[in-house]
Amino acid sequence: MRNTERPLSPHLSVYRWPITMTLSILHRATGVAMSVGLVVLAAWLVNAAAGSEEYQQFAAMMSTLTGRLVLIGWSFAFFFHLGNGIRHLVWDTGRGFEKHQANASAWIVLVTAIAVTAIFWIVLL
Amino acid sequence: MDRAGHGNRRDGHFLDRTAMSLRAPLGRVLGLGSAKGGTDHFWGQRVSGVALVVLGLWFVASLSVLPSLDHHIVVEFIGRPLNSVLLSLSSLTAAYHSYLGVQVVIEDYVHGPGLKIVSLIISRFGHVFLAVVSLYAILKIGLGA
Repeated sequence: MRNTERPLSPHLSVYRWPITMTLSILHRATGVAMSVGLVVLAAWLVNAAAGSEEYQQFAAMMSTLTGRLVLIGWSFAFFFHLGNGIRHLVWDTGRGFEKHQANASAWIVLVTAIAVTAIFWIVLL
Repeated sequence: MDRAGHGNRRDGHFLDRTAMSLRAPLGRVLGLGSAKGGTDHFWGQRVSGVALVVLGLWFVASLSVLPSLDHHIVVEFIGRPLNSVLLSLSSLTAAYHSYLGVQVVIEDYVHGPGLKIVSLIISRFGHVFLAVVSLYAILKIGLGA
């Protein structure tokens, strides 16, 4: 017989999904995404050093729709990871751990990252 | 009976309360615990992170004020001495920060000691390779070779 009264260890599915969990996962995901992005950054530098023709080819590849979407994704990853990294550094000083503070800073980081990404591309294009 | 037992413990070495710890004297002196490492990973991640706040903002701001990303403009930008230096620092710090981050991800998600170690080695080689490639490209432009 199943004993439903026994104590269960809390599992992810027990909690109402809080914004702070999304930010935590996004921090790692954007970090990994940018690690991959380092390859493209290095390729950009190498092609710039290689010469005008090589650079043209690289730039053409990055100007395709896929290339653009990837670059926009990486720029968001950068701004998000930057903002949330600062949030982590504030936590490292022992501040901002109250539930309402962590929720507020989460929304601030998320909205700021989206806004700055938009501004960055408006300026760049 | 208790007293006798207590006396016996005192005589015997490893049952004595003060000698009960299984930590070797050397381990106690080094104070590193079971992780075999100190706080260098934590600090490396934070300090490189602080540096990248500054370097990253500089890089993004510089890109966005360039008139275009055409070849001659990009090369001219990278070639200026201060930019070469800051870009080199950015590449090296980013590679270091990235290595530390990826290391934690691998340690968390890659199971099995063999695959884990192979992944960590590949990640380390890859990051060092990227750092050297970037540095070489920047220097090549900066020195006009």
